[in-house]
Amino acid sequence: MDSRARVVLDDADIGRAIRRIAHEIVEKARGSSSLILLGIPTRGVALAERIARAIESIEGSSVPVGSLDITLYRDDLRLRPARALETTSIPPGGIDGKVVVLVDDVLFSGRTVRAALDALNDLGRPASVRLAVLVDRGHRELPIRPDYVGKNLPTSVEEQVRVEVTEVDGVDRVAILEGA
Amino acid sequence: MQHLLSAGDLTHEEAVLVLDTAAHLAAATDRSVKKLPTLRGRTVVNLFFEDSTRTRISFELAAKRLSADVINFAAKGSSVSKGESLKDTALTLEAMGADAVVIRHGASGAPHRLATSGWIQAPVINAGDGTHEHPTQALLDAFTLRRHLREGVGDLTGVRVAIVGDILHSRVARSNVLLLRTLGADVTLIAPPTLMPFGVESWPCHTSYDIDAVLPNVDAVMMLRVQAERMQAAYFPSVLEYSRLYGLDSARMNLLPEHAIVMHPGPMNRGMEISADVADSPRSVMVEQVANGVSVRMAVMYLLLGGAKEDI
Repeated sequence: MDSRARVVLDDADIGRAIRRIAHEIVEKARGSSSLILLGIPTRGVALAERIARAIESIEGSSVPVGSLDITLYRDDLRLRPARALETTSIPPGGIDGKVVVLVDDVLFSGRTVRAALDALNDLGRPASVRLAVLVDRGHRELPIRPDYVGKNLPTSVEEQVRVEVTEVDGVDRVAILEGA
Repeated sequence: MQHLLSAGDLTHEEAVLVLDTAAHLAAATDRSVKKLPTLRGRTVVNLFFEDSTRTRISFELAAKRLSADVINFAAKGSSVSKGESLKDTALTLEAMGADAVVIRHGASGAPHRLATSGWIQAPVINAGDGTHEHPTQALLDAFTLRRHLREGVGDLTGVRVAIVGDILHSRVARSNVLLLRTLGADVTLIAPPTLMPFGVESWPCHTSYDIDAVLPNVDAVMMLRVQAERMQAAYFPSVLEYSRLYGLDSARMNLLPEHAIVMHPGPMNRGMEISADVADSPRSVMVEQVANGVSVRMAVMYLLLGGAKEDI
């Protein structure tokens, strides 16, 4: 990691944030029976799996976890070369009538979440959809807000937030990179 | 990749990307709402100068599943039958704002001409030109092979494939030889000497005249249709003799290893290159090939049209 990166969350902070989010999800859903966690690839999936494990240790019953690739629903496809697709896997039983919690690493413009809502619409009709993010850095471009936040991180638009998770990057860390 | 004209233009990396994308798209359309919004507002023109059922419908379905608008243009009943040239047809499509052109033409090289002449700006996808190439068929065959023999991941390193029949007139064979080689497979072409193309020894594959010697050592056999409509001369003495020497019946199928699959690009002539009991046997994957064709064509359209126009 380059020298202009400032670490704002380390592995212990991330672990605490995930446990708190897990408690909040269970509290609001009054248990875990109708919950489904869907991570947005790549890092959202790893975070969703960790939240599911935390919920299991709280409630004693497992929560279905899946991944939801939103590439085909993006509104900026024409601005960049065609991207490789990621895996979408919906747990058996589908999402109809369930409480779906979308999990992503960073909430920024809100456009990814908009695309995810469109993708969900084609998959079924959940009872409700909630949003959990590890970092909310503001600068929303759409009327979308998270229900569960690991950390609010006010940043300038020029700065970059980099979330790293062990499953993908070999380390748990959130850092702010100064504008390049 | 700006156009898809030849299976030989694809690098190993690009070919695997198409197959991976097709696998994701197959999963995405395996649900009640099969449509994806990805190509909303784009127009795909199916320009078919030659008869086709499954390829045209497959491209049409692929484009519609990605929400593109589709215009079907068949030479019969169009201005082409009044003598309009390929160039003027192309200029018309360009003026109407086609975002991609899928072309099938009886003349080898017609898609290349369309793509490089400057008549149109849109990406061109070759859906079969003369006896030259049929790259999306090769991609769907590779996809089917990978699903059955490599658990749906990576390339086809070490997979042994026999392609049997009218190699001379087969664009499917040409595209498959090129693509399967790129993906690491080992291809053997089997045909009577009269149906083996001139210069085949320079192709990246093996050749044989003896089907019974090859079948015990392959993982898949691909039977080709005898293209009587392209034959101006007698290439073999009789249909019965061809069928005896090169047709796949159940006795020959039993020579194949246990795991080997039987493929056919369609349309097939039951009783000629393949017997009805083989065509309907559980080892035959022809119906699956058709389904995979839609996913692979969606992948090609997504990769050619889904992103920004430059740097694709």
